Amino acid sequence: MKEAVLSIRDLTVEIPTRHGILRPVDGVSYDIAPGEVLGVVGESGAGKSMAGNAVIGLLTPPAHIAGGEIVVNGQRIDQLTGEAMRRLRGKQIGMVFQDPLTSLNPLLRIGDQLTETMLAHLDISRTEAEERAVAALAEVGIPGAAERVNSYPHEFSGGMRQRVVIALALCAEPSLIIADEPTTALDVSVQAQIIALLKRLCRDRGTAIMLITHDMGVIAEAADRVAVMYAGRLAELGPVREVLMQPHHPYTAGLMGSTPLASRGKDRLHQIPGAMPRLDSLPGGCAFHPRCPRAAARCSSAPGPLITDGDGRAACWFPLDREGVA
Amino acid sequence: MLAYVIQRVFQSAIVLLVVGLVAFSMFRFVGDPVDNMLGQERTQADIERLRTTLGLDQPFPVQYYKFLTNAAQGNFGVSYRQGRPVSDILMERAPATLELAAVSGFLAITIGIGLGVFTAIRRNGFAANAIMSISLIGVSLPTFLIGILLIYLFSVELGWLPSFGRGETVDVGGWSTGFLTSSGLQALILPSITLGLYQMTLIMRLVRSEMLEVLRQDYIRFARARGLRERAVNFRHALKNTLVPVITVTGLQLGSIIAFAIITETVFQWPGVGLLFINAIQFVDIPVMAAYLMLISVMFVGINLIVDLLYFAIDPRLRADRTAAH
Repeated sequence: MKEAVLSIRDLTVEIPTRHGILRPVDGVSYDIAPGEVLGVVGESGAGKSMAGNAVIGLLTPPAHIAGGEIVVNGQRIDQLTGEAMRRLRGKQIGMVFQDPLTSLNPLLRIGDQLTETMLAHLDISRTEAEERAVAALAEVGIPGAAERVNSYPHEFSGGMRQRVVIALALCAEPSLIIADEPTTALDVSVQAQIIALLKRLCRDRGTAIMLITHDMGVIAEAADRVAVMYAGRLAELGPVREVLMQPHHPYTAGLMGSTPLASRGKDRLHQIPGAMPRLDSLPGGCAFHPRCPRAAARCSSAPGPLITDGDGRAACWFPLDREGVA
Repeated sequence: MLAYVIQRVFQSAIVLLVVGLVAFSMFRFVGDPVDNMLGQERTQADIERLRTTLGLDQPFPVQYYKFLTNAAQGNFGVSYRQGRPVSDILMERAPATLELAAVSGFLAITIGIGLGVFTAIRRNGFAANAIMSISLIGVSLPTFLIGILLIYLFSVELGWLPSFGRGETVDVGGWSTGFLTSSGLQALILPSITLGLYQMTLIMRLVRSEMLEVLRQDYIRFARARGLRERAVNFRHALKNTLVPVITVTGLQLGSIIAFAIITETVFQWPGVGLLFINAIQFVDIPVMAAYLMLISVMFVGINLIVDLLYFAIDPRLRADRTAAH
């Protein structure tokens, strides 16, 4: 693998509360290579967005990084604060939020929002920034870009606004985009277009994407590799085909079993019994064991050991499909 | 938008007509002006003659119409007490009140918005909490008490500032201004603080709460995620979004600064229209009272109109003439 754009090692995020310390992200490690799309999936509260916010340095206090390392383009950034972190945001790491209706400032023209972002990071003149703003809008597929730079956000539809958001996230040419549920708030018919657009733009620029979603369909369509998170820990990580088709972790298998796939015909969908535990009442050992069909006594005593299989790994005592596991 | 402006001007005119009716009614129902104007030695013929010259023998609607047309031309009749045209007396007094109100309003808006933003950004800082606590004084203490306390401290005990009057004034084209002499400026300090303190704390608390609300919005997070400078995020993105409710309240408060200058002018013996009004009430000088009423209502209606038009300037979503295109 080439040198990673993003490298996370044992990342832990803690939230101190009156009832003790919560760990929404607990010892997570993964890399993203240049131009790669890493899908991060999990249920609500699994810590996938929290990990993304930790990387871009936008955790809402009192949540904070309590351990581990975040390295972006060879520079360790988890210790950076204030101005140094600001220079990094937008310039090296871009972010796309879930709801395009609320992520644009309603009182500023979109052209102004684009130029101010470029002027904050790039050493270019205002005129040049304005020209680039038009080009950026045209590139994300907004018709009549030269006039639309003067429009306000409310003059665009939801899908168009998400295109504007993508243009904003990419305009200072970051090497990594964190896309936090970028299509969840959109119409189904627009979702595929937005994912395709994001993928195409990033491939052209060699920009890596950390695609946070709970939608297995989006993962299957867009991701090169996938990281499955459960209760703040990484359950499984690997190339998307292998993880989706031959999961090692019973949780991944459960997720796949509960996702409708055209290829599987009319079988009833499976349901994982129970719900993900709250962060303040995590079971000991592997957090998934109370819901796991393969759980045994030692699952409750210690977290599953890391097993590796080629490029993939899973944290489980009794992984599925043991053939070929090293 | 033009239709809206026309509609608002029309509504304003109706409000003024109603206020005019109230002002006019004072002449009719608060005693008989003829009684006041003629002395004890009078004949029935004198009374009839004065009634005819004043137009009091004409039907009510005709009198009302005359009152309105005269008022529209700035003619409010003759003061019962001073025997001079009311408009002359008002013109003499207006500069004192308007200068006092302008300085108070300026202090209230600049300091109010500044401190509001500061206390919102440093939400948990010691200074911000101290300012919030002290501001309770401004909200809860009555104006006359603040005025008296300031006089006691700065005039009586310390002897730094004058306790009453306008100081020396300079006549500039019929406008007597206190801005050009040092004694005039010194005399402005205590009254303007007294008059503006309540408005200042009100604006500050409003800006703070609106700002805290806006800082939670997605577009502020997105602005941060794009690596914009803190100052741009706070002032360009956040403050602008707080302005619509702030302008509503500020506009009305500026009206009350002028209207309720009465108390401050009484405490500081400030020779403005407020003091004139108080004296007019004591002597039942109805033309002066009517003129004051009309003047204040014109001011309120005017400010309201300006506030409504400012909404359009700030929030592009209200400009209905540009329709949303997709």
